[in-house]
Amino acid sequence: MNRNHALLSNKTLTAQACATKLRTEKVNLYYGSFQALRNITLDIHACAITAIIGPSGCGKSSLLRLFNRMNDLIPGARVEGNVELDGILIYSPGIDVVELRKKVGMVFQKPNPFPMSVFENVAFGPRRHGMSNRAELEEIVEKSLRHAALWDEVKDKLEQSGLALSGGQQQRLCIARVLAVEPEVILMDEPCSALDPLATLKIEDLMRNLAQEYTIIIVTHNMQQAARVSEMAAFMMMEEDRAGVLVEYGPTSELFTNPKDKRTEDYITGRFG
Amino acid sequence: MEIRTTFHKKLREMQDEVLVMGSMVEKTLISSVKALKERDLDLAHQIISDDLKVNQKRFEIEERCVELIATQQPMASDLRIIIAILNITTEIERIGDYAVGIARITIMIGDEPPLKPLIDIPRMAEQTVDMLRRSLDSFINRDAESARKIATEDDLVDHLYDQVFRELLVFMAEDPKTITRATRLMWTAHNLERAADRVTNICERVVFIVTGKMEEIGASKY
Repeated sequence: MNRNHALLSNKTLTAQACATKLRTEKVNLYYGSFQALRNITLDIHACAITAIIGPSGCGKSSLLRLFNRMNDLIPGARVEGNVELDGILIYSPGIDVVELRKKVGMVFQKPNPFPMSVFENVAFGPRRHGMSNRAELEEIVEKSLRHAALWDEVKDKLEQSGLALSGGQQQRLCIARVLAVEPEVILMDEPCSALDPLATLKIEDLMRNLAQEYTIIIVTHNMQQAARVSEMAAFMMMEEDRAGVLVEYGPTSELFTNPKDKRTEDYITGRFG
Repeated sequence: MEIRTTFHKKLREMQDEVLVMGSMVEKTLISSVKALKERDLDLAHQIISDDLKVNQKRFEIEERCVELIATQQPMASDLRIIIAILNITTEIERIGDYAVGIARITIMIGDEPPLKPLIDIPRMAEQTVDMLRRSLDSFINRDAESARKIATEDDLVDHLYDQVFRELLVFMAEDPKTITRATRLMWTAHNLERAADRVTNICERVVFIVTGKMEEIGASKY
């Protein structure tokens, strides 16, 4: 599938027809007494890139972190409502959070390769999950680096430190690291904001290829990026009490050409910031 | 709080330029029929040379649209406005071409004796120019309701065209020596009928700006 014209294609109809991979239903998120998210109900389609946009502080990253329970690491964090992955409630007691984070991988704003070789960065996850056979590790490292469009650039320097790569390469290494544990969902929290324009376009191209096999959710401040890469887009904003709410969610082409909600229109046209 | 003041100012200026272009063409359309009625060959030649300015204005506006798209990445209603402007200027430019067509007919007729007093053809021109003026008002005011109503007034122009056509057929049937002059008047009426159709297209673009949807409003019977 050609995903290069997200704004103008009619693939959004295909995206809407796809199964729901992740779902939130009337979710409230609290950090102690502070309510960060209010009443979020959202279906994430399995075969689409979904972008979450909105002004700073509106809860985009908090929403993203719901899906792999990274908010659990924040003291006082508490979730009400349902969050499902393939119909399974991921906040139920007894859910293996390590296994969840294998299925739902994450890439962060600042590339964060481990202080080890390129090979070991990618092999780290599979090793932790019990893989020890060198041949199998080499196969998975190559496959993941190819998948992350980095193999050709590093195949002759796999023993070189991951920290010696350029910013864009480091980010692709982080993506390869996620891919090595065979996730189903990839969460990306402003993955390109620390990268130069060319590296950004390479990551966007990579995302479009990855979306053939993985469900991708991207938080981005860059509306043009959201418009370029995603099929579905969610606009959030902060209410007066600073709780984040979902204002509008729909096909990217519609949200960016004819949004239904005036608040969405005002935000994306820069009539309010 | 408006953030993109520079961009929105440029957008407003571009819309003003569309009004200027519209005003130029309103004048030439009315003048073209005046020249025909009064056998004013100088005015006819002036209309033809003035059309270069209309074309130039269209290219200027188009260039600014492209620049805004490239540099400002407009979204939502801003994007629809710019796309609509690209279409509306094309429609206005074509109306200008119809006025030129009528001016050329005036030159072809030269000092031939008039076939009949011109009544319906000037009425077609007045109706079309009035529709054009109001359609551009509805564009500035983002008034989809007015735009839809104006588009339906194309029926009035079509009705006048019917009358002109039938009347001229009778002339030609009764006296074949009038065929050449009658045909030229039919071309004139046809140009005005087409000009009114172009105004309908402008109205459709106004509705598009407001609703985000393209609607066909009252398809012409021709």
